[in-house]
Amino acid sequence: MNYIWYFLIVISIIFGAVNGKLNDVANAIFSGTELAVKIILTLLGIMTFWLGIMKIAEKSGIVEFLSKILNPIAQKLFPEIPKDSPIIGDVAMNFSANALGLANAATPIGIKAIEGMQELNKDKESASNSMCTLLAMNTAGFQLIPATVIAILAANGCNNPTEIIIPTLIVTSTAFISAIIIAKLFKRVFPPQKDCEVINAD
Amino acid sequence: MPIKEFIDILSLWTLPAIILIILTVALIKKVPIYEAFIEGAKDGVKVSFNIIPYLVAIIVAISMLRASGAIDSLAIVCSGILNKIHMPIEILPLAIVRSLSGSAALGVFSDIIANNDINSYTSKLAAIMLGSSETTFYVLTVYFGAIGVKKYRYALLTGLSADLVGIIMAIIVARFFFG
Repeated sequence: MNYIWYFLIVISIIFGAVNGKLNDVANAIFSGTELAVKIILTLLGIMTFWLGIMKIAEKSGIVEFLSKILNPIAQKLFPEIPKDSPIIGDVAMNFSANALGLANAATPIGIKAIEGMQELNKDKESASNSMCTLLAMNTAGFQLIPATVIAILAANGCNNPTEIIIPTLIVTSTAFISAIIIAKLFKRVFPPQKDCEVINAD
Repeated sequence: MPIKEFIDILSLWTLPAIILIILTVALIKKVPIYEAFIEGAKDGVKVSFNIIPYLVAIIVAISMLRASGAIDSLAIVCSGILNKIHMPIEILPLAIVRSLSGSAALGVFSDIIANNDINSYTSKLAAIMLGSSETTFYVLTVYFGAIGVKKYRYALLTGLSADLVGIIMAIIVARFFFG
């Protein structure tokens, strides 16, 4: 992440200078912080609401119920998570919220899932394999109906906006499945996390 | 248009239905729903504050990149290759930006449909690309920010590879359906 962040900023400054937009780049620092705060404010409300609702779902046994049903698939996708763990239920609800296009609900629920994974994580500073798989599922953007895009197309006078549903579904399913396969491949290539730090500390 | 009506009803009802089901099941199982909500909501506040530094770092960097015009320069440099793979030049900024920023992707998409016929191949390809995307950088920042993970290992590479698969598939599928 250090290199990526450095790369993004250096590229911006070099291209800003070449394109004569250095002033815009400097202004972007402030507009960027403003945008970040706006996003956080929205997120703060959404997170508070949905983590509240999720606590109710957890206490009423809905999350546990989902965990039990999905256990066979979950064992393959997340071998490190113990059987019948509520984390699987959270992952299932995160996936469902994404599929239904409820991005606002999906993020808080996904964060609840990754918090559970962090408790099992050996090295708290680095991402575990389960986390990488969860994020692969989330960054692929699987969605049954792209409602926002259809609404924009319809508003701009498109004849038949719903005809993009099937093509989009094909693309998004392929990307989703590829994401999981790619994550499983990288898992073998990348060095495992160091898990001996606790022992060394003793 | 029955499909359109069905989708409208579906989008209208999913959210209320989910909340209704969760609350009703909880009440039947005698869960103190209000107390449970507050307990969970407190975590929401805490987690959101954890995310702030991570989000500021990445959003500022991406805002700078967009302001620098680097993405447009790249589109011009790549125009030869883009023609060969049947990707209109104006699509490239969307293909890049959709992994970086959701609001920016929406802006680029609006530009594309404003400057092209709404029923054209370019507009349809843009719609499919936007509809099948998720802001990879944002998702990683928020999720890892919430739990304080700083080493992403292969998570970013996986996300970006899948985005690339999505871009290629979008072109193939759009060519097949609308080309």
